[in-house]
Amino acid sequence: MNAYLKMKYGVQPLLPALCLLTLLPVWEVICRVFEVPNFVLPAPSEIAQAFYDVELMRWVEHAWATLRVALIGFALSIVISLPLAIIMVRSEFLRKTLYPLLVVVQSTPVVAIAPLLIVILGSGEAPRLVITCLITFFPLVVAATTGMLATPPELIELSKSLRAPAVKEIWQIRLPYAIPHIFSGLKVAVTLAIIGAVIAEFVAAEKGLGYLVQFSTSYFKIPQAFAALIVLSLMSLLLFKAVHWIQRFYFAWSLPKQDK
Amino acid sequence: MLPYVSFCAVGHSYTTDKGQLIPALRDVSFSINKHEFVAVVGPSGCGKSTLLRLLSGLMQPTKGQVRVFDHPVTQPRDDVGIVFQKPTLLPWLKVTDNVLFPLKHKFGRITLADRVRAADLIEMIGLTKFAKHRPDQLSGGMQQRVGIARALLLDPDILIMDEPFSALDALTREMMGFELLKIWNDAPKTVLFITHSISEAVLLADKVLVMSEGPSTLAESLDIDLPRPRSPQTMQLAAFSEYTNRIRKHIYRQSEAESDAPLQAMLA
Repeated sequence: MNAYLKMKYGVQPLLPALCLLTLLPVWEVICRVFEVPNFVLPAPSEIAQAFYDVELMRWVEHAWATLRVALIGFALSIVISLPLAIIMVRSEFLRKTLYPLLVVVQSTPVVAIAPLLIVILGSGEAPRLVITCLITFFPLVVAATTGMLATPPELIELSKSLRAPAVKEIWQIRLPYAIPHIFSGLKVAVTLAIIGAVIAEFVAAEKGLGYLVQFSTSYFKIPQAFAALIVLSLMSLLLFKAVHWIQRFYFAWSLPKQDK
Repeated sequence: MLPYVSFCAVGHSYTTDKGQLIPALRDVSFSINKHEFVAVVGPSGCGKSTLLRLLSGLMQPTKGQVRVFDHPVTQPRDDVGIVFQKPTLLPWLKVTDNVLFPLKHKFGRITLADRVRAADLIEMIGLTKFAKHRPDQLSGGMQQRVGIARALLLDPDILIMDEPFSALDALTREMMGFELLKIWNDAPKTVLFITHSISEAVLLADKVLVMSEGPSTLAESLDIDLPRPRSPQTMQLAAFSEYTNRIRKHIYRQSEAESDAPLQAMLA
């Protein structure tokens, strides 16, 4: 049975989905039998109702606002972190100088910086992008740097013995070698991007799923907050899968054998 | 005739992060004639790989001089092909592109003639059927053959091999040795073959250099006067065992100095 499922669908999405489906009725029954107040834990049926009560266009609007910030912030973070990683790989001096500073930035809680950034940068999109960027770039820099430094020294010697320019050493050897690392970094970072966008919306926003969660809670519309939460997780999951699909499509060689 | 490669009183020391000097080679002198196959044997950590880096120009000796065709080696040379201990192919490239990699990396352009050359090399190593495969679909021995083809692409005058077969199983290793000799016979190169297998060294080489450890220096240079082409039968010749025994004794005599009693007992 198990082997069959694996062959036909790939067990990965199927088993967890089945598990969730069996849990839903249990959840519903518990809420009804024990008369759990819906601000403590709304029943699945109430959450579904809350979801339908909001117009579809409103959902799209909120989801798009969050997705937009997450994606642009994520893209910015890639654009910043890859060159930074290349610089740190090329120069041991800069690596020793910059790396501790990056750790300092990373260990400062972004949630705590967010209100400050809004004051500094105003309440537009800029602070939201910066927050998303701040939270996503560290895993990317670390992954890309580690990957490039893990290149077998023999290949670097081969490059040196050919007297190839340093750009080619990076572009044709080190960067491709780092691809598996970079993609693990991207997978972590893309889910962090959603978190970053939501944090920013908590502090200052008039749209977005994070904003919706906060708004709903303050008006005690807990089922609606749950609905927004579920949309958020689905979006995060989808982004994670998207990164995986991109890797499988363009860099299939970089996946472990069982994932191909 | 002028020697093709010569090491003249070469010494090399590494500087550690703390500024300490670690001697890796001391006073090494030898020469290799054109198209000669020279093997270097010695215990691990005796500076064999340092020889490779000095000859390929990746490093400059701190003492003495390395000369190729009577010119001092001052920078990495293009006419040196290197085969590493591990195949170290690029996992994202197909076999053909791995073989072509040095050209792509150095010049950025691949001509039709280059592709023909790569195809010939791949045929020579017997992997034509696998030309479109990626390295992870090949066995260790096949990967190392691709590594050899890659080193031969630029048709180097000098081929340096750093324990190229040491990661392979014993059977594959022997077969690869004979294949290498066949390749060398068809397209003669000046070969510096680093190994820690005494019988491999004697079986393949015209000359065996025995290195000693601490201080790493050349202990003996032995001309191997066995008939070519070499074959599995070569190993049954009396002269073959004489050579291997002589080298073995030489290496263990060094260990003796470090009072390695069990080994002495074994040899007695």
